[in-house]
Amino acid sequence: MNLKNWFLSRKTIIITGAFIGIAATALQKLGNPANMGICVACFERDIAGALGFHRAAVVQYIRPEIIGFVLGSLIAALVFKEFKPRRGSSPLIRFVLGFLAMIGSLVFLGCPWRALLRLSGGDGNALFGIAGLVAGVSIGIFFIRSGYNLGRNERTRPLASWVLPSIMVGLLLLLVFRTQLPTGAVFFSTEGPGSQYAPVLIALLIALVIGFIAQRTRFCTVAAARDVLLIKDTYLFTGVVSLVIAAWISNIVLGQFNPGFSGQPVAHTNQLWNFGGMVLAGLAFALAGGCPGRQLFLSGEGDTDAAVFVLGMVFGAGFAHNFATASSGSGPGAWGPAAVITGLIICLLIGFFMSDLSKNKKEVSV
Amino acid sequence: MAEKLDVRGLSCPLPVVKVRNKLTELKEGLLEVLVDTGTAKDNITRMANNNGWKVETKEQGEEYLLTINK
Repeated sequence: MNLKNWFLSRKTIIITGAFIGIAATALQKLGNPANMGICVACFERDIAGALGFHRAAVVQYIRPEIIGFVLGSLIAALVFKEFKPRRGSSPLIRFVLGFLAMIGSLVFLGCPWRALLRLSGGDGNALFGIAGLVAGVSIGIFFIRSGYNLGRNERTRPLASWVLPSIMVGLLLLLVFRTQLPTGAVFFSTEGPGSQYAPVLIALLIALVIGFIAQRTRFCTVAAARDVLLIKDTYLFTGVVSLVIAAWISNIVLGQFNPGFSGQPVAHTNQLWNFGGMVLAGLAFALAGGCPGRQLFLSGEGDTDAAVFVLGMVFGAGFAHNFATASSGSGPGAWGPAAVITGLIICLLIGFFMSDLSKNKKEVSV
Repeated sequence: MAEKLDVRGLSCPLPVVKVRNKLTELKEGLLEVLVDTGTAKDNITRMANNNGWKVETKEQGEEYLLTINK
């Protein structure tokens, strides 16, 4: 078996899931917030805060994990000749989907990655989020079966695909030099989750490894559920199960396993909106073709449409905190439920009008 | 005469869904699929193998030609 095929074996996706689970719990032990060793949505939200796109003082930090995911994937793509600059598959719709995925995630308080990590840390509320995620992905599958398609991408010049990795390098410089302008930017939390972080170099190195192996194995938490339901393929699902089991064991060993519903870290017990938030996020991720981690890995290998989705998520994070749609430990924000309902309607409209369910299906051939 | 399918430029999971639909329709025979990403190539190969089809992969520049038969 050559190296390329080795990365695609069942054994390797199990190792990948286990590595992510252990790495995430270790990052928590090293300083990242509880049950948040890795959370793509939360960490992008923290970056949005650090740049001043929102002013929630407790969630502002430039997370090196996000930087490492993109750059690790970029390295893998270059090494294995899979760096393919591409653009043009409904970027604005992908931006909106990224925005809505973040709105939903911040109502639940975590992306699919954190939902799994919350579960492995004993947070029972995560079960409602995961149920919502599966429900959202199932709605997405309905649209995919109905011919949903955001259109073909096309090749572009390499420069376009270097934009997001370059932004990541810029963020890394801001993190390392802790630039402070008279305006207060770059903002770094002095209390709350944003002030809790693992050492930069360790977090970056772990994220680079995850980005590298995830690009090779195609690890995706949303496709894990989607592929089982849509094409009866359990390859990615095995990786997700492996992640949860490894993180669960690691949490027990590290003394981080606290089973229960109330008093869980950076979580609330409003199960209706834990569920609802993740229905929205799951649907938005499914319509965009992958989980937030996968969007970062795709961005690293040259997919500028995925990069637009990532920017949509960052924009959504700013909106969520400025317009009180994000939840806190005490429950959903004032406008959280309304934002979820509105977001669901928008996603349903996108699913309908970008599939064969709409009347103009014969006008557009993709 | 092989049937042909071009799934270049399509986002996941559309390449594998389109090929799966085509294979279900064909039941047996030969299908040539043009693919432009490693992910789509891998997903299609795994799905086809899981359903009893044989897949041969040929690199064509930055693209792949998958010959699927049963």
